[in-house]
Amino acid sequence: MNQKIYELKNITKIYRNEGTEFTALKNVSLDINEGEIFGIIGMSGAGKSTLVRTLNRLEEIDGGEILFLGNDIGKLKAPELRKVRQSISMIFQSFNLLMQKSVLDNVMIPLKIAKVPKAERKRTALEMLKVVGLEDKKDSYPSKLSGGQRQRVAIARALAANPKVLLCDEATSALDPKMTEEILELLKEINRTRKLTVIIITHEMSVVEKICDRVAIIDAGELAEVGEVTDIFTNPQSEAAKHLILPNGEADTTNPFDSGNPDSHLVRIAFDGTSANEPFIANLVEETGKKVNILSANTKSVGGIGFGQMVVELPKNKEDQQIVLNYFRGKGLSVVEVNE
Amino acid sequence: MGTYLRDAILMGIIETLQMTFFSSIFAYILGLPVGIILYATAKDHILENRAVNAAVGAIVNILRSLPFLILLVLMIPVTRFIVGSSIGTTASIVPLTVGAIPIVARMVESSLNEVPSGIIEAGNSMGASPAFVIFNFILPEAVPSLLLGGAINVATILGYSAMAGVIGGGGLGAIALQYGYYRYEKSVLWVTVALLVVMVMLIQEAGGFLSKKTRRS
Repeated sequence: MNQKIYELKNITKIYRNEGTEFTALKNVSLDINEGEIFGIIGMSGAGKSTLVRTLNRLEEIDGGEILFLGNDIGKLKAPELRKVRQSISMIFQSFNLLMQKSVLDNVMIPLKIAKVPKAERKRTALEMLKVVGLEDKKDSYPSKLSGGQRQRVAIARALAANPKVLLCDEATSALDPKMTEEILELLKEINRTRKLTVIIITHEMSVVEKICDRVAIIDAGELAEVGEVTDIFTNPQSEAAKHLILPNGEADTTNPFDSGNPDSHLVRIAFDGTSANEPFIANLVEETGKKVNILSANTKSVGGIGFGQMVVELPKNKEDQQIVLNYFRGKGLSVVEVNE
Repeated sequence: MGTYLRDAILMGIIETLQMTFFSSIFAYILGLPVGIILYATAKDHILENRAVNAAVGAIVNILRSLPFLILLVLMIPVTRFIVGSSIGTTASIVPLTVGAIPIVARMVESSLNEVPSGIIEAGNSMGASPAFVIFNFILPEAVPSLLLGGAINVATILGYSAMAGVIGGGGLGAIALQYGYYRYEKSVLWVTVALLVVMVMLIQEAGGFLSKKTRRS
């Protein structure tokens, strides 16, 4: 178990353009396990798309090495690389289907590349369309399908060659929330039933929360943090992680919870399903006599576990603040400072 | 207009169609691969090759910048070598083809450039060879645009075929020149012009229709 499908060692990627250099990836090292759903999240321009493109060598790297099932893919010659790419499927934000070919023909293409006999190609393709629930659309053209249906076709096409890993480059970013939900469910189901490793690139924390087992946070080309999604969610270490997890973290210039009080002290507390049953704010007041001001609260499902989080303003007095924090920590809650 | 003239015009129509048809076929047989080479070897493209791209591009540009009338004269020895004569409908197919190849090549190149790069990236990510990507991804996606460009090219070749009449080619161009210009028979001149206009319109319409019919998006 937990065999590594990818081992990335000190990946560096530099874009050179007319004398100017831009370092897109700096010494990124991480492992991805077989059978997991691995998320790579970051703000736009953080280098996450570059990173996923290095995994099938659509993007060459300038330093480090990438082992795919133990083999350094940077050392492969063109024909060997093509062979390896047949087991690394990819889906895209813009679907990239052939608009001039029917849904069935689109799904058969990877099998044609793999030189599978024609009759078998058709049989496999129909089977894949069944997996994504689009058998009835086999003779349609992509232009007649909705965005969600197009991504399903792309997924069917990606599965056709029986790959070992599926790379998803912002696969749900062009879809509305309902379709996003459907596609994520489908990816999760495929991961479970086919034991397929799925690597998801996204800028949306909600995508990671919904289906990923582990996540890597990329910030300005560097790996800020990597770990279990539930751990990072409850106890983010890096600034980038806090930024992504905190409510309204996207608004990075002003603090939406600013109470106007210069001494105010905000913390985010996160609790899982077990402690969510206890009315701990009420208990806090009863047991310590100290009050906190609730500024925001919500619950969400992270990796299938119910999580609650709350941003509270602590009392002004330093000692009171310590009492409240000790109370929260004593209850096993994760407490993170909200930086202003 | 006498029967003799009518027969001549009828013959002219047939000759013009023959010249246009065969020149177009040959120009595409030779120009399509040249267009594909220009496209594929360009910077950041699937078979990037600066030397090949520059060399082929230079030849195409030189041929394209040559006025067709000059090309007709320059091609006389070549035509004589290939066909055995430099006069007549068959002979004029040679300069027409040579003149049309660079036009076809550039038109093909521009049609292929319209194919979104994401499609090509998808092909590469599947482990397809460059040839596979060209023939199974890029060319099929470009078909509607290629047909539209084809109509423009065939209409251009038709126009050139009228010019070939000047150096002893047949067709409506020769008739317009002989009867309309040298013998001052204005009516013949106008009839040939009208026929050429109708032919160009039909070609354009047919191309537009086929392009629309094949377009799936």
